[in-house]
Amino acid sequence: MRGAPLSGRLRAAFVDVAVVVAGLALLVAACGHSPREAFSSLLGGAFGSIGSIVISLLKTGPLLWTGLGVTLAFRAGVWNIGAEGQFYAGALGAAATALALPPGPFAALTALAAGALAGALWGFLPAALKVRWGVSEVLGTIMLNFVALELVSWAVHGPLQESSRFYPQSERIAESSQLAPLLEGGRLHWGIPLALLAAAALHVFLTYTSAGFRLRAAGFNPRAARLAGIAPETSWLLALCVGGGLAGAGGASELLGVTHRLYERFSAGYGYTAIAVALLGGLEPAAVVLAALFFGALEAGSGTMQRVAGIPSVLVTLLQGAILVLLVARRSSSDVAAARRAL
Amino acid sequence: MIVFELAAASIRMSAPLLYASLGELLGEKAGVVNISLEGAMLVSAFAGTVATLACGNLWLGLAASVAAGMLFLAAFAALTVALACDQILVGTAMNLVAFGLTGLLYRERFGASGAALTLPIFPPVRVPLLADLPFVGPLLFEHNLLVYGAFLLVPAVHLALHATWPGLALRAAGEKPETLEAAGYSVRRVRAAALLAQGALAGVAGAYLALAHAGTFVEGLTAGRGFIALAIVVSGRWTAIGVLGVSGTSVAAQFHLQASDLGVPYQFVRMVPYILTLVVLAQVSRARSAAPAALGR
Repeated sequence: MRGAPLSGRLRAAFVDVAVVVAGLALLVAACGHSPREAFSSLLGGAFGSIGSIVISLLKTGPLLWTGLGVTLAFRAGVWNIGAEGQFYAGALGAAATALALPPGPFAALTALAAGALAGALWGFLPAALKVRWGVSEVLGTIMLNFVALELVSWAVHGPLQESSRFYPQSERIAESSQLAPLLEGGRLHWGIPLALLAAAALHVFLTYTSAGFRLRAAGFNPRAARLAGIAPETSWLLALCVGGGLAGAGGASELLGVTHRLYERFSAGYGYTAIAVALLGGLEPAAVVLAALFFGALEAGSGTMQRVAGIPSVLVTLLQGAILVLLVARRSSSDVAAARRAL
Repeated sequence: MIVFELAAASIRMSAPLLYASLGELLGEKAGVVNISLEGAMLVSAFAGTVATLACGNLWLGLAASVAAGMLFLAAFAALTVALACDQILVGTAMNLVAFGLTGLLYRERFGASGAALTLPIFPPVRVPLLADLPFVGPLLFEHNLLVYGAFLLVPAVHLALHATWPGLALRAAGEKPETLEAAGYSVRRVRAAALLAQGALAGVAGAYLALAHAGTFVEGLTAGRGFIALAIVVSGRWTAIGVLGVSGTSVAAQFHLQASDLGVPYQFVRMVPYILTLVVLAQVSRARSAAPAALGR
């Protein structure tokens, strides 16, 4: 899929989405609902008013951060299935930092940095296991997802639990330590434009820097890269650490800008959806922004769809999975086609 | 007597993990990693629930679970074996599909609030004579039939892999697929067959959770057990006996640590299988001696 002209890839993505939407319309109809009502309420909930657009953008934030993290790793040829764990690690690092520091904008910035660092650590562990001991990063990142989940669970039942000890959740982050709203009194916070900035930085890094070139070379063909004097291991480490840092910053941004508390099940599976986001965006940062917006809008619209049309919002998870299946199938068929052309 | 109860409970809770990890073992020995085992179990558990409620018969429920597991794995095999898609990405996608599909159908069928379902469960069956033995009897011989099946499956899988021609073909598909092709077998067919067998076992594992353990269905019933099974296969170094050892000891250790008040938070106890997997991987990966050579390719 990579390497084909952008217009062709965009068309392919549209076809995939259209096929899935048609399939789901049939399923919705089979369950006795009106597909028309389903999609109109979904669309209305995502874009129907200023309020719903704000919610769509808020849901885009974590998907964009994690999607960028996955994108960077996949471009280097490492299968980072660990964005979920890195997102949790980031949220945990940010919560611990923000709650420990005296309230103020300094605490917000330090907590954001701490979240990114914690995520980077959660990416470094599987990277080190891969480079030093040859452990598959797939298993490494999956296992660490569950370790991070358990760590967060322990933290909100133990050291970080609110002082009333009533719920398994952290104390609320002081208002001055939160990520400030873009507009006074609004819900959109500075984490969202920051994610867009990260996307732009990632594009520049991949396209215009020599480290970015080495990283792409390592992902394209590690053996050829090694013959050309480029050690792929360096790129793998970099991609997992920085990718983990992006996902971790996403967890921190969600905590400091939206939930203001840490609790179990803090992520709605963002780190797994991120894989669909990255692939739908063809692993190009600019297109990943659009893909994150698409999935974010779906998440936002699904709530309205459930209320208005009575269709469970979990339909969106099915939609994400189905789109990912098609994208993966298409990827492989184009890989096969490319291999045939090369012969 | 509390120790006794715990030991019996460990044996019961090992059973679904055994079914799932022996299934994953068959697939990995043939060279295919399936990280959507969790999804396969979830879909089977749901199918078993619906069938049991509809027919009022646990065995028909079990059959539906097995069928659903095989169907799920047939889809997985179509993508990974026939279309040669990336196994990890397909697994990720199929997990999303499984969570979405079971969530959607569950809420459609049983309502959004999910009023607690009550299912009949497989009753314990006393093995004649053996169950009358002191201590050992109630510990080992008063379980439901699926528990006995799980423990009998361990030697069965071991023998099937190492003492039969199909087992040899399956291992060859995971170690040296070119050789298998050269010998006139189809690697694709062998792998597809291994995955279908995995689907049947994942189906039993899912059925166990709904129809022998929980007696109900909730969204996300499997609670990560499919991933633990993945960990068990690695920690057990890709052998049936190793799988038995790891699943038995890890379940027993969890029960033991939870019961004995050592002050270790239970979350850390639950991390053990995941961390153990990484440690074992770091040890074996150096020599790549235990993992099938063509795993994931």
